[in-house]
Amino acid sequence: MTALFALIRKDLILFLGDRRALFVTLAMPILLGAFFGYLFGGVSGKRETHLNVGLVQQDNSEASQKLVAALKSEPSLTVTELGRDEARDKVTKGKLHAALVIPPGFGEAAGSAFFSQGSKPEITVYYDPSQGAALQMVKGLITQHAMQAVSGEMFGGKGGERLVERSLADLEKTPNQTAEVRDLRGLLGSLQTFQKNRAAPERANEAGKGNVGLSLPFVTRDEAMSSGPDQYNGYAHSFAGMAVQFILFMGIDTGIAVLLAKRQGIWNRLLASPLSENTLLLARALSGALIAFVLICIIFAVAALFFGVRITGSVIGFVGVCASFALLASSFGLLVAAFGRTPEAARSLAIFVTLILVMLGGAWVPAFVFPEWLQTATLVVPTRWAVDGLDAMTWRGQGLSVALPAMAVQLGFTALFGMLALWKFRQQRA
Amino acid sequence: MSNPLLCVRELSKSFGERRAVDKVSFSLEAGRTLGLIGPNGAGKSTTVSMICGLLRPDGGEILINGESLTHGTAALRREIGLVPQDLAIYEDLSTHENLHLFGALYGLTGATLKSRCDEALDRVKLADRAKDKPATFSGGMKRRLNIAAALLHQPRLLILDEPTVGVDPQSRNAIFDSLESLQREGCALIYTSHYMEEVERLAAHIVIIDHGRVIADETPAALYRRLPAQAALEVEFAREPLADWLDAVATRPGVTSCSHAGERLHIGLTDAAAGLPLINWMAEQGWPPAHFATARADLEDIFLTLTGRTLRD
Repeated sequence: MTALFALIRKDLILFLGDRRALFVTLAMPILLGAFFGYLFGGVSGKRETHLNVGLVQQDNSEASQKLVAALKSEPSLTVTELGRDEARDKVTKGKLHAALVIPPGFGEAAGSAFFSQGSKPEITVYYDPSQGAALQMVKGLITQHAMQAVSGEMFGGKGGERLVERSLADLEKTPNQTAEVRDLRGLLGSLQTFQKNRAAPERANEAGKGNVGLSLPFVTRDEAMSSGPDQYNGYAHSFAGMAVQFILFMGIDTGIAVLLAKRQGIWNRLLASPLSENTLLLARALSGALIAFVLICIIFAVAALFFGVRITGSVIGFVGVCASFALLASSFGLLVAAFGRTPEAARSLAIFVTLILVMLGGAWVPAFVFPEWLQTATLVVPTRWAVDGLDAMTWRGQGLSVALPAMAVQLGFTALFGMLALWKFRQQRA
Repeated sequence: MSNPLLCVRELSKSFGERRAVDKVSFSLEAGRTLGLIGPNGAGKSTTVSMICGLLRPDGGEILINGESLTHGTAALRREIGLVPQDLAIYEDLSTHENLHLFGALYGLTGATLKSRCDEALDRVKLADRAKDKPATFSGGMKRRLNIAAALLHQPRLLILDEPTVGVDPQSRNAIFDSLESLQREGCALIYTSHYMEEVERLAAHIVIIDHGRVIADETPAALYRRLPAQAALEVEFAREPLADWLDAVATRPGVTSCSHAGERLHIGLTDAAAGLPLINWMAEQGWPPAHFATARADLEDIFLTLTGRTLRD
């Protein structure tokens, strides 16, 4: 044990002695965690989406004017009226999320389509293909406001009165007075009566407010299902992801140090002592894991102090997930060293494998964003369990029972990586 | 020799098809030094690695005090100290931290470890640099620390693989003083080097290895007796000598060989005393040397005589 502790102590002194490397090892995950956390919604988790939308207004009908007014009053949109070419140009250059073209005759055509199966007018939407979510949001808002504006105009506006009058005249001229035609005439007749009975001042008041017509028959009440009201913190996931990524990179150094010691002849000098190679590798793995564990704790301490990340789940579970990941990272480093054989080859191999592991582990973007099949497939990726385990113990507020499977899987991979590394190193010595 | 500390018998090792060590045998008593010489790739390092337990022999055995090291126990490996050719020290640990580590690898702790570290530093004359990092040391000081790290557990057999590579004269003398004091204290040394004067200074016994085989295993005196020439005369002329005249030189009394390269002559002599009459005779013949120097034959000449090639081939 004296020798084992001495080897671990040596690694700790060497690691702490390189202040610049220590600073970079800590600064990088904190900086990137802060950046991605801000993008993911920051502390409140309710980052408002705001879209810049261009509007090409080619129709002067009252319905169109109401639609434009409604869109301009939408808090999540900044609407700028433009010419068609300018709108296309700005969307192409990414200066607008989308642009709407309201064509000539839109109001009248929309009103006609409201009561018949005839052709519907088109609102062209130019959109940035990199902003697919923005397109869906813009289309949703147009649907809501167009329905409200057109129906309002139909039920209470002058355009609606003219349309009903003309539609009734057309229906009377229809030679084949079927039951459906008669029902439609009855409906339009009732609507005309409704329109005439409305006082003019009332109409004038309502015209600008858009409160006549159809509206959504419900409202939603949003409730975040995390460890408690307002407990979600976008930084929690990003710090978990970046900690996993950079601790894995640090784990690579654990293995590279073995290869450098071999190259410098120090490894043979150590082996000339009455210690087995397994003992030397175990010492290296333990020192690497210890360093990794302390680094994770420091990264989350910074996240807690400056970004409001809290362990709302089991603290023991959090420590367990961190410790098992530290061991995993260390054994991963040894595995890469064993198969890389030279520091250069091992580093190239390790960077590639690490990036794959953190990408599939959900360290960059949460795994729930993945397609369903990928969410299932990535359960065999050990980093997925690390990231999910840290998420569960922080913002999801889960208990030790959720941490245990994450710890078990990581320790299983640690054992597998460790055994493979020992086997490969032994094979190389033979 | 009776009751040797180290006995190497029929040691063999192959790497694939290549036989690196082929039935090498030698022995070494406590308090003696064995010089192990041979060109690069001769099998010296492989032999040393097997003695240190870094490589498993394919055949033969290594005995320490009569006990087999082939399947060596930790206790037997504690009898051996290794000073590798590479600087096996951590440049970013202090001198004391380095020694603390290497002592702990052999199970030393507490006051014993501290006193051993102090003793080792005194022996290699680095006591005043205990807190400094080797990164700030000269090459010679690093070599001395490399040796100190191998002495902490007080091995009975110390293996030194080219321990003075890149060392300044001051450090070289310090190293030799240390090694000679170790010899006097009963430590057996195996010393490999390309510097023949170092091996001659320390070794009472020289093993020459070539192509994995022992080609000589004798005292230095016995090796010198194998040489036809005990001294050499290097002569340089103003112009290239004539071939007929060179034939005449080769027949002069005391001359065992004569070769030339341009204006330079290398003449083997049975005795250094034969050099001055030969120089006088050359001057009388109308070939006065522009420069000349005499030298004693050395292990390099012995190796050349035995193998037909130099140690650095």
